[in-house]
Amino acid sequence: MLDVYIKVQNLSFSRGDRVIYEDVSLTIPRGKITAVMGPSGTGKTTLLRLIAAQLSPDGGEIQVDGQNVHTLSRSALYKVREKIGMLFQSGALFSDMTVFENVAFPLEEHTTLNANEIKKIVLEKLHSVGLRGAAALKPSELSGGMARRVALARAIALDPELVMFDEPFTGQDPISKGVLVELIRKLNAADAITSVLVSHDVEESLSIADHVCILAGGRVIAEGTPDQIRRSENAQVKQFLHGEPDGPVPFHYPEDLGLEQGGVSQ
Amino acid sequence: MRSKRAELLVGCFIVLGLAAFVYLAVQVSGLGFSSQKDTYQIVARFDDIGGLSERAKVTIAGVTVGSVDSISYDKDLYMAKVTMNIESDVKNIPDDSSIAILTSGLLGEKYLGISIGAEDRMLQNGDEIHDTQSALVLENLISQFLFNKTSGSDK
Amino acid sequence: MKGLISLGAWFFDWLEAIGRAGIFLFQSLFRLPVRWGEAVNLLVRQLYSVGVLSLVIIIVSGTFIGMVLSLQGYSILAKFGSEDSVGQLLALSLLRELGPVVTALLFAGRAGSSLTAEIGLMKATEQLSSYEMMGVDPLRRVIAPRFIAGVICLPLLSMVFSAAGIIGGVLVSVGWLGVSDGSFWSLMQQSVYFDTDILNGLIKALVFAVAITWISVYQGYECVPTSEGIGKATTRTVVLGSLAVLALDFVLTAAMFGDF
Repeated sequence: MLDVYIKVQNLSFSRGDRVIYEDVSLTIPRGKITAVMGPSGTGKTTLLRLIAAQLSPDGGEIQVDGQNVHTLSRSALYKVREKIGMLFQSGALFSDMTVFENVAFPLEEHTTLNANEIKKIVLEKLHSVGLRGAAALKPSELSGGMARRVALARAIALDPELVMFDEPFTGQDPISKGVLVELIRKLNAADAITSVLVSHDVEESLSIADHVCILAGGRVIAEGTPDQIRRSENAQVKQFLHGEPDGPVPFHYPEDLGLEQGGVSQ
Repeated sequence: MRSKRAELLVGCFIVLGLAAFVYLAVQVSGLGFSSQKDTYQIVARFDDIGGLSERAKVTIAGVTVGSVDSISYDKDLYMAKVTMNIESDVKNIPDDSSIAILTSGLLGEKYLGISIGAEDRMLQNGDEIHDTQSALVLENLISQFLFNKTSGSDK
Repeated sequence: MKGLISLGAWFFDWLEAIGRAGIFLFQSLFRLPVRWGEAVNLLVRQLYSVGVLSLVIIIVSGTFIGMVLSLQGYSILAKFGSEDSVGQLLALSLLRELGPVVTALLFAGRAGSSLTAEIGLMKATEQLSSYEMMGVDPLRRVIAPRFIAGVICLPLLSMVFSAAGIIGGVLVSVGWLGVSDGSFWSLMQQSVYFDTDILNGLIKALVFAVAITWISVYQGYECVPTSEGIGKATTRTVVLGSLAVLALDFVLTAAMFGDF
């Protein structure tokens, strides 16, 4: 029924002794906005890194546009990554370059355009995030929200097929949040880009997503449209959506495990 | 603009580094650009070279005219064979000149001193100085002195 | 028994770390070529921050060390009436030992620590991942120019240090203590050889440069990306870098000047 862009199958991944994913399967439809939600510490960012093959899974596979990214050669993988734009949580702007150079960087790296053409594209992208006037500034001179918008402009500089947003709303004031929501929606509507959004901001995410996955405890606990998710009867999903302090996800961190880990590290 | 300034300063830095290198080479080690002067080789054999080392200077009348190129052991003659490079300007060293291993100061380094002879024939490349005087070895000197002393008192 | 096992485990960890660092260095130097103009541009920027910015501390400390050496050497040599050879003492100790070693130690403190902190911060702010995500190898783009700049800078700085030290020594011994100008230079030139002293000093500086810069960039790249982790990595750079310099100095000195 859906045109699948990313297919995650039976994925398992652990960091040291800590299991992050156990047998996770989910699909991300093409040209839609997919929100992957879950409580902090469930490895949502890890999922994005696995999709981009910055990390390798312990088991299972991830197909991006029909290609298993973890079996590709380095150069083939870099080719795939050129089609992926990623917005990091901190923005991750290159601190030794100006805003303009930051946005121009992927173009200079991966295209053979001349300086004038690059300038045109960069200014156009900066214009679309409303920061054309900030081109000459250094990243340290930007506010957090502006930095994220510049990072967005950089992520879409190469007109990618897939844009991944890592916690785009965290630590933003309501106005910046609104601006970002609007930008993500506009971006998706204009170019039919596949967007993957990792977030724990329930309202913003549900308001723009076409498709939602909720992760908890290393598994997918719910998948569907925002409406289906809202109507879900699953106790864990309800707890997460409504922000109840105690429920299936315990308020207390499991104690015996904590002691055990303390013992190991000594 | 900023990057132009950085480039300029980096240029200054590299030039300064190279200048320091040249300064050390020329002024401190005395490496002259004329050190590649034409030289010719002469050979001398000594009974004992003491502590003479390669690159020690060779002097005539106290003025440096060359340096020791190599030192080897001549196993047929049981002697030390010293090959030295002499500046080509100093072509007029008579055949019968003598050469001695000298010491600068009481405990200083060893060097070679050539005393000019009287022959008309001059030394050519590869020639040998036959009249050699070995290094003074302090221990030998002392034992000689003691020996003389005791034999003197016997009389 | 338990101690033995943990010693063995420690040894294997250590070997593994060395191996990882070696692969890391290899990969950052011999992978995907970056475009030429850009590579030069990156290198110039690093030469500036690693070399030019270290210049002042090197010149100042070099001059002072030369001055102190002359004072100390003079007072001892004067007892034997051979104060003229203070130039020889000065030049040999600077060129063979103090120039490369002190420069390397200062370099580890000044440039090495800032390399580690800078790369660590780039890691913490996801800039390194960001390069990777854009299909640009951060080893090539971030590590290689810094490594090459460090290897170029340290030998040059060491030459500047020695020259500054000798000028400082001349000021003190000739200008102040009254050693004769002529015998100062002639005794120095007699005892200093270009290949054994100057070139060997340069080789030492080059070896130290590779060691320190390698440690610095590796510690930055492998650090735990938190403020505590970056702090620890920076400290490790200075400690390991200084120890590596002193240990290597012993080995190199034994190899170069040991056969007297």
